[in-house]
Amino acid sequence: MKQLYTFVKKEFYHVFRDRKTLLMLFGVPIAQIILFGFALTNEIKGSKIIVVDYAKDVASQQLITRIGASKYFEVEKSFADHNQIEDAFKQGKIKLAVIIPQNFNDDILHFNKAQVQVIADASDPNTATTLTNYITNIVSDYQSSLTPNQKIPYRIVPQIRMLYNPELKGAPNFVPGVMALVLMLVCTMMTSIAIVREKEMGTMEVLLVSPFKPVFVIISKAIPYLLLSIINLIIILLLSVFVLNLPIKGNIFLLFGASTLFILTSLSIGLIISTVTTSQQSAMMASLMGMMLPTMLLTGFMFPVENMPVPLQVLSNIVPSRWYYIIIKNVMIKGLGFSAIWKETLILTGMTLLLLGLSLRNFKNRLA
Amino acid sequence: MTEPVIKTEKLTKRFGDFIAVNEISFETYPGEIFGFLGANGAGKTTAMRMLCGLSIPTSGKATVAGFDVYRYPEKIKKNIGYMSQKFSLYEDLTVTENIRFYAGIYGLSDRDIKEKSAALINQLGLQNEAKTLVASLPLGWKQKLAFSVAIIHQPKIVFLDEPTGGVDPVTRRQFWDLIYDAADKGVTVFVTTHYMDEAEYCNRISIMVDGRIDAMDTPANLKKQFSANSMDEVFYHLARSAKRSAD
Repeated sequence: MKQLYTFVKKEFYHVFRDRKTLLMLFGVPIAQIILFGFALTNEIKGSKIIVVDYAKDVASQQLITRIGASKYFEVEKSFADHNQIEDAFKQGKIKLAVIIPQNFNDDILHFNKAQVQVIADASDPNTATTLTNYITNIVSDYQSSLTPNQKIPYRIVPQIRMLYNPELKGAPNFVPGVMALVLMLVCTMMTSIAIVREKEMGTMEVLLVSPFKPVFVIISKAIPYLLLSIINLIIILLLSVFVLNLPIKGNIFLLFGASTLFILTSLSIGLIISTVTTSQQSAMMASLMGMMLPTMLLTGFMFPVENMPVPLQVLSNIVPSRWYYIIIKNVMIKGLGFSAIWKETLILTGMTLLLLGLSLRNFKNRLA
Repeated sequence: MTEPVIKTEKLTKRFGDFIAVNEISFETYPGEIFGFLGANGAGKTTAMRMLCGLSIPTSGKATVAGFDVYRYPEKIKKNIGYMSQKFSLYEDLTVTENIRFYAGIYGLSDRDIKEKSAALINQLGLQNEAKTLVASLPLGWKQKLAFSVAIIHQPKIVFLDEPTGGVDPVTRRQFWDLIYDAADKGVTVFVTTHYMDEAEYCNRISIMVDGRIDAMDTPANLKKQFSANSMDEVFYHLARSAKRSAD
């Protein structure tokens, strides 16, 4: 026990003396949360659009006011003709153009039917779809305000409720993703590098010749990173609650329990990498390419897994962060209990045991 | 006659068809400095790994510090020290921290650790450097520190794997003073080296060629046997017959 303490103490010296790594350890999650929270978001705010108003009547003015009042658009009124609109698109000055034809008000009043043309820059299809949706909503809002007391026959109005994330913010989607990414990065990369460094420096040989058990070498390497990861987790959660205003809906202990399990999974992947690599560089590359990319691409927080081709969907099943991501979403965003995540927890536990077994066997084989 | 500290009989290690160590038999005694020579790839490292309990022999017998290598590798580990050519100190730890760490993982008591690290720092004259990082020490000091750390738990045998690589001759000479000190205290020193002048410092040497021990005696007797003027010539004479190329 005392030997283990001596060893763990030594590991902490390594961690705290390596300022650059330490900075990376805590800087990366903070930077990612802030980046994803404020810079990279699915919402599109303040897009520049042109409104061409041929009608210049009451109705068109009201509609334009509504569009301008929305936080999504910055309206530039213009009487440009079609060619000039196209130029503006080509130069990337605007993302969308709204054209209100002549006699807009009259059409509404007399024919019960009026048209508005919406032109979007679909070279970025996601943005175009989102923006036209915004405009459509504004127009239909305006339409219903015109006839507040009138009963229009046969109109079905869908009452949409966005559960768990009524404002359709990006944060509930990426905070769990960033958590998975950061824990994976810290645990897998740092542990594998820490172990491989001993091999590179030649100190591993001395440790193996000493009576100190190889299993304890592994345990003492894992302990500091386990602690650091939990601190990281707390930082991420604090940031998401207080900076991104994303409350933790579920049980916090369940959240930490599941995260500790995922940390253990990542640590055992780090161990496996350390048994098959001999230099710090290759350990780092293996962790980055082998773990970070699948975590980003196949977890579902950037691209929905459901839309991927079947082989990729199958492949995504062996990515541990995919299951962790589901757990965190269920617990943190939806506020569900253990009954909703037992399957994912079981899968992660199985993976961890398998990986640990493999790495220990590998580690011992190296000695014979 | 005193009991041998290391005793091997036809110790062999095969990797598939390749016989890395081929039926080597030798004995070393307390306080003896035993030189283990051989070209690269001759099987020195494999032999040493078996004696350290890192590798299980394919056949043959061996006892180290009185313990059988097959049955008691853990007990052997408590009774041996080891220093590799990389000096195996942690560069980002201070001198004191390194000493305490190695003493700690050998399970020394807190009081022992305190006393021994203080004594060691005094003996090496590192009082002013006790709190500096090992990374900033000159190579020669690192090497001496590494050796002292390797025998801090008072092992019966210390294995030195090419301990003087990349060190200048003066420092090397000083290093050998430490080795003689340790041997005087009864520690058996098992040393591999490429430097033939160092081979002359040993009490007895063995020369491995292609996994076999082709010659084993005191340096003086070996020179007589091969009617050579220096160990260099003896070594060259034997190593020339090697069929295996270096790795």
